[in-house]
Amino acid sequence: MSDLTGPAPVTALGGAAFEGYVRVAEEPQRAMFTLRGDLSATAMKNAATGLAGVDMPGQGQAALNAERMVAWMSPDELLLTLPWAEHDKACAQLDATLGDPMLNWGDVSQARAHFSLSGPDGAVREVAAKLAPVDFSPAAFPQGSFRRSRMNQVAAAFWCPAPGRIEVICFRSVADYAFRLLSDAARPGSEVGLYA
Amino acid sequence: MLLLDCPCCGQRGEETEFHCGGEAHITREGPSSDDAAFEHYMFERVNPRGVHFERWRHVAGCGKWFHAARDTVTLEVWGTYPAQTSRPPEELLEKIRAARPGFKWRDIA
Repeated sequence: MSDLTGPAPVTALGGAAFEGYVRVAEEPQRAMFTLRGDLSATAMKNAATGLAGVDMPGQGQAALNAERMVAWMSPDELLLTLPWAEHDKACAQLDATLGDPMLNWGDVSQARAHFSLSGPDGAVREVAAKLAPVDFSPAAFPQGSFRRSRMNQVAAAFWCPAPGRIEVICFRSVADYAFRLLSDAARPGSEVGLYA
Repeated sequence: MLLLDCPCCGQRGEETEFHCGGEAHITREGPSSDDAAFEHYMFERVNPRGVHFERWRHVAGCGKWFHAARDTVTLEVWGTYPAQTSRPPEELLEKIRAARPGFKWRDIA
C-alpha cells in the first residue's frame, strides 16, 4: 500500500491513455465513498447531496456536476465522488453526519480504478457495448444513466456524464486488465458501427 | 440465453450478469424438525421440464437476490419477483396458467 500512503495518491496506472477510435484514459484520483443504508432516510440523503451539491439520483441514475457525483448503486447503496482535494474534509463530515449505526459509509477512493471513454457518441457507446452485456443505445442509456454490470470477467459500473463520454469504474486490483480490455475494444480498425 | 429483469434495481440484464441460486420457496427446517422434514429440505429438489421457480442473484449488478419463474425447455421468462415472499404472486401464476394450462410445480398449480 506504499503508493497509497504517500503525500499524494498515485492512481493504479499513472494516468495511462490510449488513442483508438475513441480515447481511453485513466482519470485522475477522486475521493470516492460508498454510503449504505436506507436511501429514503433524511440523514442519508443529506449526507450525499450536501457534500456533492447535486440532487438525489433516482433508480439507475447518477446526479452529476463535474467531478461531483451521487450515483444509485442498489436499493440500499449510493456512490459519492468528490474532487480529491475535499477527501479529508468529506471523511470528517460523513463521520459527523452518519451517526446512525444503520447508515454506514466507507472510503473507497483507493479501492477503485476510474476510466473514461471519449470521442464520437456512437463510437463511445459501441466500445462500452463490446465489453458489457448492456444496451448502450442513446434511448436505453441516456445522459445521466448509471449501470452496474460486468466488463468481460470483472465487475464494472458505467455512467454517461455527457454525450460522447462514458466513464467506467472497476476494482483497482483489475485496473490493468480493464484498461487493456478497453484499449483493445477501441483499437483502430475494429469499428462495428453499432450505434452509427 | 435468458433476459431477466431485476426487481431490485429495475435493470434488464442477460443471464451472465446473474447467478442462479437453485430452487425457490424452500422451507428451511430447523433443529426442531423431524428427520423426514429435514431430509426433504436438505436433499429433495425438483428438476422439472417446463415451468420452474428459481432464486437468482444479480451478481454483477445490485447484488440482490430475487425470484424468477421461467420455462426450462423454451427458456421463456414469465417474470421476476422480490425475494421476500414464500409464494409467487398471483398475477404471475395467472400468466403462467394462461400459457401452460394445467402446469404443476410442487404444490403450486
